[in-house]
Amino acid sequence: MNPIRYAKAAHPTEAMTAVAQERNAHFIAGGTNILDLMKDHVEEPSLLVDITDLPMRAIEATPAGGVRLGALATMADVADSPLVKAGFPVVSQALLASASPQLRNMATIGGNVLQRTRCSYFRDVSQPCNKRKPGKGCSALEGQNRFHSVIGTSRNCICSHPSDLAAALLAVDAVVHTRTQTSARSIAIEDLYVLPGDRPNIENILQPGELIEAIELPQSAHARNSAYVKVRDRASYEFALVAVAAGLAVQNGTIREARIALGSVAPKPWRAHAAESALIGKPANDASFAAAAEVAIRGMRGYGHNDYKIPLTRESVRRALAVSGGTA
Amino acid sequence: MSHFSRRKFIVRVMVPAVAIGLNPQLVSAANVVSIWRIARVGPLPVPVTLEVNGQTFDLALEPRETLLDTLRDRLHLVGTKKGCDQGTCGACTVLVDGKRVNSCFTLSIMTQGKRVTTIEGLAHGDALHPMQQAFLDHDGFQCGYCTPGQIVSAVGLMNERRPTDDENVREWMSGNLCRCGAYANIAAAVQHVAGDAA
Repeated sequence: MNPIRYAKAAHPTEAMTAVAQERNAHFIAGGTNILDLMKDHVEEPSLLVDITDLPMRAIEATPAGGVRLGALATMADVADSPLVKAGFPVVSQALLASASPQLRNMATIGGNVLQRTRCSYFRDVSQPCNKRKPGKGCSALEGQNRFHSVIGTSRNCICSHPSDLAAALLAVDAVVHTRTQTSARSIAIEDLYVLPGDRPNIENILQPGELIEAIELPQSAHARNSAYVKVRDRASYEFALVAVAAGLAVQNGTIREARIALGSVAPKPWRAHAAESALIGKPANDASFAAAAEVAIRGMRGYGHNDYKIPLTRESVRRALAVSGGTA
Repeated sequence: MSHFSRRKFIVRVMVPAVAIGLNPQLVSAANVVSIWRIARVGPLPVPVTLEVNGQTFDLALEPRETLLDTLRDRLHLVGTKKGCDQGTCGACTVLVDGKRVNSCFTLSIMTQGKRVTTIEGLAHGDALHPMQQAFLDHDGFQCGYCTPGQIVSAVGLMNERRPTDDENVREWMSGNLCRCGAYANIAAAVQHVAGDAA
């Protein structure tokens, strides 16, 4: 790890200013991602701004029946929250399927949604990587790409987004509340991320020094009837090969609203809009779920080692819909 | 952090801001930078005070130093092990304010004002913590390298009041790897303590 300077922020504006002022400054809260990347010299910040004293830890019900999660709430806090479990089971399930109990006690949800890819070439500074060093090339295209993406890729980057939480948030229409020194905005979680395209080093729309203050979960029927299916190499403490967050609102056996969000198959948490549309007005049964699952994998292409992700996605979508629709 | 406190911040920043008639929340972008100035320390060693196993230590540490390195190299509490040093193996598990965390992913400077408990802090003199005794009684280890992390993690599991049937113990202990494969006996040790506690 390179030598760093450190500052502890007593006020959000103080933190945002410090990070905006210095090109290579980073916020630090749980530290589980930034310190990992620093040890590998993937990140070499000059300044870490500690935001753990800022009042952004609360998990509270909103007047409209939703839940507001402070960005500094830990993964463990959110997973255990009765409000989250009742209204947004997919969020609690995704968190409990993430990382380890130790890491969940440390990592915050604000940091979780901004975590970097697990691509081994991104994390190995001896290998070319367009995300780390734009223009150097993507080692995964012709390399070991078993964990990489099958949709949303570009010729510059085929990395996958590893956050279980982010996929779950997509399925419940979460809104990310951010603040800069001078303004505040609310961003639909789907709009937070950008695809690699020609600039894989840019992963989201946040500006330097822009701080996530909270993530809001609006209440809905499809959020209440939601489920997370995660497929991985071992039963616990492992990143997903394919993950599906699904939510269904069903009335008299007919699907009124549907959400299908995919994790670890695209460079950002991926919403399968066409597959969702295919479910509306259909009976909540396996035939509908299987048909939607076929739609969900349209446009996917593998790079060799990761070809298996396409049929695995199809079957995982079918299963996640069955669980959230109560027919599993 | 002894160099900088909320009180000093308020005196240094809020007072001038109020004196010139500004609400710091409402100032323009041009003024923000000069008003919200934050104290930076490092990269050279700075004073850091840690509370470990009920004892207070005044140290001089670089901000980049992890709690794991401080515990082992400066406080000579070498029960906490460095396995992967990257949050994967759990051998470095300690309790911070009663919650289990990976000390390899924790900066010492960020641990000020918190209570750190290591494997050395669990026993009372020669009287072992029940979890330590259970690991002995159930043969919950072979080479022993992961054992301090396993035991501290198991104490954390009990603090969190997780369910302790076999499946849940395995799930909630999954952050601790054992290359010898003593998992069955580790799970039995945890369940023994859970049964005694019930």
